[in-house]
Amino acid sequence: MGFDAALQRWSPVRPRLDLEADGATPRIVASGDWTIRTAGEIEKRLDEVVREVSGAAEIDVGGIGQIDTAGVVLIDRLIVGAAEGQRRLVGLDETRAVLFAEVASADRRAPEAKPRPRSVRVWIEYLGMLGVGFVAEARAILILLGGVAQVVALACRHPSRIRFIPFVHQLERTALAATPIITLMSFLIGCIIAQQGAFYFRRFGADLYVVDMVGVLTLREIAVLLTAIMVAGRSGSSFTAELGSMKMREEVDALKVIGLDPVEVLVVPRLFALMLALPILTFLSDLASLLGAAIVCNTYGGIPTETFLQRLKEAVQMRTFLVGIAKAPFMALIIGLVASVEGLAVKGSAESLGTQTTQSVVKAIFMVIVVDGIFAMFYAAAGV
Amino acid sequence: MATCTETLADDQPIIRCRGVTVGFGDKLILENLDLDVRRGEILGFVGGSGTGKSVLMRTILGLNPKRAGSVEVFGHDLDRVEPAVRTGVERCWGVLFQHGALFSSLTVKQNVQVPMREHMKLSERLMDDLARLKLALVGLPPDAADKYPSELSGGMIKRASLARALALDPAIVFLDEPTSGLDPIGAGDFDDLIAKLRDTLGLTVFMVTHDLDSLATVCDRIAVLGNRRVLVDGTLETMLAFDHPWVKAYFRGTRARGIAARGL
Repeated sequence: MGFDAALQRWSPVRPRLDLEADGATPRIVASGDWTIRTAGEIEKRLDEVVREVSGAAEIDVGGIGQIDTAGVVLIDRLIVGAAEGQRRLVGLDETRAVLFAEVASADRRAPEAKPRPRSVRVWIEYLGMLGVGFVAEARAILILLGGVAQVVALACRHPSRIRFIPFVHQLERTALAATPIITLMSFLIGCIIAQQGAFYFRRFGADLYVVDMVGVLTLREIAVLLTAIMVAGRSGSSFTAELGSMKMREEVDALKVIGLDPVEVLVVPRLFALMLALPILTFLSDLASLLGAAIVCNTYGGIPTETFLQRLKEAVQMRTFLVGIAKAPFMALIIGLVASVEGLAVKGSAESLGTQTTQSVVKAIFMVIVVDGIFAMFYAAAGV
Repeated sequence: MATCTETLADDQPIIRCRGVTVGFGDKLILENLDLDVRRGEILGFVGGSGTGKSVLMRTILGLNPKRAGSVEVFGHDLDRVEPAVRTGVERCWGVLFQHGALFSSLTVKQNVQVPMREHMKLSERLMDDLARLKLALVGLPPDAADKYPSELSGGMIKRASLARALALDPAIVFLDEPTSGLDPIGAGDFDDLIAKLRDTLGLTVFMVTHDLDSLATVCDRIAVLGNRRVLVDGTLETMLAFDHPWVKAYFRGTRARGIAARGL
């Protein structure tokens, strides 16, 4: 059997609704198929009839072929459109009578709509909620930080409570697994900065200063900042999604009732793994971007690698490197805290999980830049 | 009365499984399984945990690949039909998944309206009217319509999910453990509801269940899954008379005393 023929057989008989007003009481005659597939086309005609006929009428449904609840709901509009007892159904067999009775008795009233508040008020309320939300979030992050401190204090007294294996597992996921992409990205950034630098410094005849620029810029700022942003997108989002789906499926509650602290079991291993991973990744990023810069200086800038290294040794000191990498654990802390707070704030729906994950990444990246700014001010004041 | 079955002769089964073989990896779950579901019946499908009841249901629905055999729904072999026919078939069945599978970002009413909105051209008013009717039919209060699935209890989720399965007035509904997690009164109401829908809408019901009371009160026929195929099918009396250790333990165990007393 071809599918045309199959569909043909599925296609319904078009429904009809006729009004016969010649007798004492008008008769409304329904025929054809009244199913959900045909309800769309007959609804308009039906509403016309509902408007035309007032008072008593007889509704003949004997000629209807197929009927389902959609059809019955439509026919029911003819009945409820008039005062009680004025409309009479004829031509019902027993099963259809049950169906009609079932639909008629179902409570289909819409619940009372709440009055909609004025738009200015909604706007002001929204603004207020934003402010309250900001404070609540800051509070949640501080509470979580306190919880982490508590766990750490406890672990200092009872070293057996340190969860070493989850920590190593998380370290593998956040550091080792991220290494290829972070080094590749840093390598390319190093290349680009060196190329741009060489291009502009050449105009002033100060070719060699490109090495100073690349060295200071990557070690102090670029490597740690880009790595932190990458990690916020990579590991921060996965923390939020993991904690969020555990929260959704009541796994977090299960931990609590078993007597385990979710902060200790879930948050602390991730947080500390991240705080160790980010400095490691920053160091790798430093190396990769300097390598990229050296290669570009050699091939594009005409600076031999030996000269590059010599110049680099003069331009940067141990302090330059430490200034950069010292920021990494703090950035990791803020990424981990934001990701965990957002994850634990997930509610029941899949949509909420998506929202919180987005929020987590956006807020973490923003906070990374804020932390970088605070460090810049601190270093300036401290004179490093 | 139900639509969708026009292509079938009266005595033709609504679902026909022949030689169905399903496996994952090197483990066979179902092997050479034959099963018919007749029009207008409520078929209760039982079997021990992990025997593949849900797998069979998912295979019929086309959610699991099968290694051999054929499944015909409304007389169409779903592996061989054109996409248009498949869409036609999909409009004619409703599925209640074990955990409801309501879309969590939509309200209950919007959940029920998803099939109508996607497959039919209906006015908002009619869709609202129909959604409220379906919710009332499955016994949900009117104010549940605008709630989100996460705000509902387990029983209400089952009911809302059944309402969505019934949205297009299907010819057959698949119910995966509809009464599990409901209190006995709620489960009894659910059974009555299914029987009532069958009587009024001419529904065919394929019900995977462990609920002995449902099997005894609403099911017209029972099929037992074991050893990767249908061990036996028939009425409750057939089950009670059948000589197989698992079937005996199931239908004559301590938990089955009530139905045994009723059945014999």
